[in-house]
Amino acid sequence: MLKLERRPAPSRGWTAVTPVLAVVATMIAGGLLFAALGKDPVEAIRTIFWDPLFGKFASYSRPQLLVKAGPLILIAIGLSLGFKAQVWNIGAEGQYIMGALFGAATGLAFYPTDSVLLFPAMVLMGALGGFLWAMIPAVLKLRFGTSEILVSLMLVYVAQHIMSAASFGMLKNPEGMGFPGSRNFQHYPAAFNSELIAGTGMHWGGVAALGAVVAAYVLLSRHILGFHIRVAGEAPRAARFAGVSPALLTSVCLGTSGALAGLAGLFEVSGPAGQITTDFASGYGFTAIIVAFLGRLHPVGILLAGLLMALTYIGGELAQLTLNLPSAAVQAFQGMLLFFLLAFDVLANFRIRLARRKVEGRARA
Amino acid sequence: MMGSIDPILLIASLMVASTPILLAAIGELVVEKAGVLNLGVEGMMIVGAIAGFAAAVESGSPLLGFVGAAVAGAALSLIFAFLTQVLLSNQVATGLALTLFGIGFSALIGQGYTGVRPPPTPKMDFGPLSDIPVIGPMLLRHDPMVYVSILIIAAVWAFLKFTRAGLVLRAVGESHDAAHALGYKVVRLRVLAIAFGGACAGLGGAYLSLVRVPQWTEGMTAGAGWIALAIVVFASWRPWRVLAGAYLFGGVTVLQLNLQAAGVAIPVQYLSMAPYVMTILVLVLISADRRRAAQNAPASLGRVFHASS
Amino acid sequence: MQRRTLLKSGAAALVAVSLASPALAQDPLKVGFIYVGPIGDLGWSYQHDQGRLAVEKEFGDKVETVYLESVPEGADAERALTQMAMQGADLIFTTSFGYMDPTINVAAKFPDVKFEHATGYKRADNVATYNARFYEGRAVMGTIAGRMTKSNKIGYIGSFPIPEVIQGINSTYIHAKKVNPDVEISVVWAYTWFDPAKEADAAKALIEQGVDVILAHTDSTAPLAEAAKTPGVIGFGQASDMLDFAPSPRVSSIIDNWAPYYIERVQAALDGTWTATDTWGGIGEGEVGIGEITDAVPAEVKAEAEALAASIADKSYHPFTGPLNKQDGSVWLAEGEVADDGTLAGLNFYVEGIKGDIPQ
Repeated sequence: MLKLERRPAPSRGWTAVTPVLAVVATMIAGGLLFAALGKDPVEAIRTIFWDPLFGKFASYSRPQLLVKAGPLILIAIGLSLGFKAQVWNIGAEGQYIMGALFGAATGLAFYPTDSVLLFPAMVLMGALGGFLWAMIPAVLKLRFGTSEILVSLMLVYVAQHIMSAASFGMLKNPEGMGFPGSRNFQHYPAAFNSELIAGTGMHWGGVAALGAVVAAYVLLSRHILGFHIRVAGEAPRAARFAGVSPALLTSVCLGTSGALAGLAGLFEVSGPAGQITTDFASGYGFTAIIVAFLGRLHPVGILLAGLLMALTYIGGELAQLTLNLPSAAVQAFQGMLLFFLLAFDVLANFRIRLARRKVEGRARA
Repeated sequence: MMGSIDPILLIASLMVASTPILLAAIGELVVEKAGVLNLGVEGMMIVGAIAGFAAAVESGSPLLGFVGAAVAGAALSLIFAFLTQVLLSNQVATGLALTLFGIGFSALIGQGYTGVRPPPTPKMDFGPLSDIPVIGPMLLRHDPMVYVSILIIAAVWAFLKFTRAGLVLRAVGESHDAAHALGYKVVRLRVLAIAFGGACAGLGGAYLSLVRVPQWTEGMTAGAGWIALAIVVFASWRPWRVLAGAYLFGGVTVLQLNLQAAGVAIPVQYLSMAPYVMTILVLVLISADRRRAAQNAPASLGRVFHASS
Repeated sequence: MQRRTLLKSGAAALVAVSLASPALAQDPLKVGFIYVGPIGDLGWSYQHDQGRLAVEKEFGDKVETVYLESVPEGADAERALTQMAMQGADLIFTTSFGYMDPTINVAAKFPDVKFEHATGYKRADNVATYNARFYEGRAVMGTIAGRMTKSNKIGYIGSFPIPEVIQGINSTYIHAKKVNPDVEISVVWAYTWFDPAKEADAAKALIEQGVDVILAHTDSTAPLAEAAKTPGVIGFGQASDMLDFAPSPRVSSIIDNWAPYYIERVQAALDGTWTATDTWGGIGEGEVGIGEITDAVPAEVKAEAEALAASIADKSYHPFTGPLNKQDGSVWLAEGEVADDGTLAGLNFYVEGIKGDIPQ
């Protein structure tokens, strides 16, 4: 019988190899799926994984990877801090929405100004919106011991309804011919989050995402707070003896992840999305949870995982376009990729032994 | 204001409207009682919706449809069980992946079934009983699944409260390490609970596609699985409160549509978010009372279990 | 079951076409479509895809079509459009209101590609717009509804409070009232284009309020399925014909038929005569189809409805012809005056006689 034995620390070698193994396994399983649908599996896999990076139009799709991955990475970095400390914020989607709403409302309140202070103010308000929304579960947890998993999830739906109400009411574009949705920030230069260098796909959201990766890396490897986060997650009792305040840690983790999710929402609404509409939220907050785990809660891992998710979105679109692959097949394929990535993670954290007796024998020896 | 709404008909229709989320929620309750958080309810529901629909259409029997839906929901949930219980992957991420996969997969297998009409599910025949005033039209004129769903609630309640297996399940959800030390098969029990949850979610999905709508269309669950998750919390992990929660969540939708139909102007969005705000309030109330919280919320919810010895 | 086999063989034919075309075609016109929902929704996106299939059938090797389904509005739409243009699409139809700004943006980057945006109001040298006068079909449905209702209550399931839906409600009510002065209309806003369970609940709520004719401006067949449960309640197919529910409750239908428009525009692109026009076609142009009126409707009502449809088609009658007052009693259209397209495109008020407010 197979038996898992926990490694004292995740194996570095396996941590690096398992994502590759998982992608290969997905290619095989996905290839079978595509073949069953009557498509050329090699062609389909190449279109999804290769063409966006090195295909004929890669000069366009490579920057787009960053545009799509930016919000995912930014949110996932924030979430990973909490997840490491066993603080489970799964309502990033709601914080993303509230950040977008706060930021957009700020921008629209001053329409049509050309003040250079407007965009920074929107960024601050975006972060604040996400932060406040995340502090609701934080405060309830500290005050009443309420589960932050469930409160943050419930608040996603509340946020979605507020957004729907805002796009029909408060923030509705007065010149929009009666259609729901706010003014488009693309036509509002002082508030528009445009590409910093044309053709690179790099806007302030991408900068913030890369900045967050670096900051999280430094925090976790060099700073005392990062140490506290790690200890709190791995050995909560020891953490208390070491003087880590669980209340402070919960607030910091939820607040930071909320603020980053809010920032992601603000950068998205003022840039690529352009406006608040009923369909503004497209699940980034939930996808980011998966990205955080795929990245093994490590900043660099999250960067790569975010880019990989973005690759499957953009490659999946290409496969629809060039091979007539139904979008449902692409979705199922993404699900399979996640299953394999999660499954192979076991190799990094555990040794697999064959028989129970043998294990015990060795352990004693 | 509400004078023109017939409360009897309102209750009758909210019972029907709530049945899919009720079924999914009672399944998820058992899963969470065993200490597992499966966020893939939406995915299992929609796979149940198409599997049940296909089975009913191919066989001509709604009964076989529901059986097929339960089997399909359970089968899909076993992917989650394998990943989280055997390979010890994170439950939150795996559940989300399950939803993503389920929505895509259901659309793939459902491609031949758009526009087909399923065989009708007959109503229960209570004979003269259904003519009793008030009670008859309100409670006794539904299809069998409405009653089956309530029976499942009763069964889960009795199972958790009175049986030894139910006690063990709760123990596993409370402290998997202690349960393991006592010699209980933690993983095996959890896999069974997850499969039960999947089967119930599948039934809920099939109720949508076979009775309530009845039609197969891509993405037809439209978020019902997420509402089921909220209901479990609202119910503070108690079976009969799941019934109350499902009727509340289903009832708010039915009520706001009825108020509109009766010509009452209401702010739809604010009314629609009310059940979620109430869920948070309930959560706060039960958590504030530590002693009662300890009785209800499974302490090991969402934690990875690994038998290290 | 018949419908399904039909769909299956349709799919087989589609595969055959797509296999055959690349080998034979010299330099086919590449026509792209972006859909907001899955093509299996049996409603809005499904009908646009039927238009795409009609284009393939009409032009054979001369065209090649591609599509992207379930494309979210916003940032993803802009990327999807750009990818489609870069893959060599010559003519792209963007089939949802939310694609308006992305379409304009991408069109500016690809001046040689022709774009057509459905239901919007922004145009450019290479961006045309098109929409359908669904309210013309609603006038016909309203006439049938007014004649058929026994309770004098008709119900309308609205998706979102936007001009297109408000046009439909007004048109329905005006024409029901014309043939039945006692008629009342109840409106339920579902706040969704597509949620079968909620649509079924909305229909049920209306029926419990005594409504016996149901019109829906949402896309699924759920309201008809709900109507089928109560004898005496009738409804109409919406977006697609929904013949599965004929002869009753589905007594007729209002069909989004994009095929004639798509064929005409592809032809223009092939001929080199394409320009950035604004088209708002109705029954006369074939964009709004009236599904067969079944025998559940008495012959004289059927004849009356068909006569109305014919008079709208040949432009001798406009559904919004005065005298018409606004809900508050103020004059909208004087005797014989016809509503202009600008007002209709931004319509945000009910006509006199409709109770309730449009949600703000």
